[in-house]
Amino acid sequence: MAQAHVPPIATPLADRHQALGARMVEFAGWLMPVQYAGILEEHRAVRTRAGLFDLSHMGELYVDGADAAKALGYALVTDPASLKVGRAHYSMICFPEGGVLDDLIVYRLAEERFMVVANASNAAAVSDALVERFAGFRVVLDDRSLATALVAIQGPASLQVLTPLTDVAIADLHYYAIAEGSVAGVPALVARTGYTGEDGFEVFVDVAAAGRVWDALMEAGRSAEVVPIGLGARDTLRLEAGMPLYGNELGPDTTPYEAGLGRVVKLGKEGDFVGRAALERALADGPRKKLVGLAVRGRGIARHGYELFAGGCRTGAITSGTLSPTLGEPIAMGYAAPSEAEPGTILEVGIRDQRVPAEVVVLPFYRRAT
Amino acid sequence: MAEDLRYTKEHEWVRIEGDLAIVGITDYAAHQLGDIVFVELPEIGRVLTQFAAVGVIESVKAVSDLFAPISGEVVETNAELGARPELVNGDPFGQGWMLRIRIVDKSQLDGLLDQAAYQDLTREG
Repeated sequence: MAQAHVPPIATPLADRHQALGARMVEFAGWLMPVQYAGILEEHRAVRTRAGLFDLSHMGELYVDGADAAKALGYALVTDPASLKVGRAHYSMICFPEGGVLDDLIVYRLAEERFMVVANASNAAAVSDALVERFAGFRVVLDDRSLATALVAIQGPASLQVLTPLTDVAIADLHYYAIAEGSVAGVPALVARTGYTGEDGFEVFVDVAAAGRVWDALMEAGRSAEVVPIGLGARDTLRLEAGMPLYGNELGPDTTPYEAGLGRVVKLGKEGDFVGRAALERALADGPRKKLVGLAVRGRGIARHGYELFAGGCRTGAITSGTLSPTLGEPIAMGYAAPSEAEPGTILEVGIRDQRVPAEVVVLPFYRRAT
Repeated sequence: MAEDLRYTKEHEWVRIEGDLAIVGITDYAAHQLGDIVFVELPEIGRVLTQFAAVGVIESVKAVSDLFAPISGEVVETNAELGARPELVNGDPFGQGWMLRIRIVDKSQLDGLLDQAAYQDLTREG
């Protein structure tokens, strides 16, 4: 696509990242920190202590109105009407053909008010699709992506670091729950959600207050050695936790069933929804491919796009891969034919001129001790 | 960055010790790659051609080729890097060295960058 280059959007914390010596990259139209001290060090900080993330690039879409639950139930594969106020769930918005347009978190803020958090790369497309799908419903969509900053603290020390800064009773906040209150004296939504496999919180605030919240968290985290975390470690953390990334594990050519996320699709909910017919068919026909976790038994990293072989024949491709900082072993996710996707199956990854054995393993690669 | 080194545009350095050339990657390259987790080096005895891809350096984020800065036979590789690839990040000009090559033609050095030229290159980006 020949498009004029649009300068990336700076997050409200750009000056903080610069002062912290971050390496910045363009990601989904934003200028984002990819690493500060280094991916491995940042990764380990989140697993053992806590790390601070600027996720202001994420899309925040507010849905208000008498039909808010019903409208979202028609637009998404989940059933937001089943959410209690103050609770959230993982969801997806699918194309009519059944492929994934984006994966989302849906928070119910009030009986008739929801917040939908979309990936930065898809925020505009999700917003457009929701507007189209909301036709005829008594509902208003307010895209507050550019007005909202998101700062996350993730890791075992998160609770201890955030507690003195907020009036929200976060110790009692359930996983996938959200509450309104203040953080560092600033009005905020505090959610116990994340993308790292650790306990942690996501703090949504107005962009004008982002610096204050970030500084307060950095200061409060000093004694616990909380460090800032870039997109590089965010990727290795979510991969160890077996969490999909849109554009890698998820996309328009993949159904939720193929991605191992069939439980997210609520075919039993009332009424029609976009993609229902295609997804019912996909479930009946069975998946064409299945997402697998892979323990790579050799040197080298199986990276996105590398081919997967079973008995010498191509069976699929790698979607994400890294050296697991926690396990010290190369890990990957990828798609294989359903017949080659059972745990214990030995596949091969084409890494440059070699075929390296890789065993199908149960996801996730890492689960925190509870 | 030491003054007795020569550099390639691909960010390898080479230090001459008699008939041998010691080869590694620069601190600039190591920093750009980030945490290095695997280094694949050519076998001892293999004869390398100047500027050919002879090895692979993998960081968590990216994979990158190692190019031979000069032609010659590999007489030694840094065995330490198998277990401790992070030495390349920590000490790229010292413990993070990669190859010892027996030089065939010293005049090939003339085609490499001196320190000032390499600094200009990395400053430009």
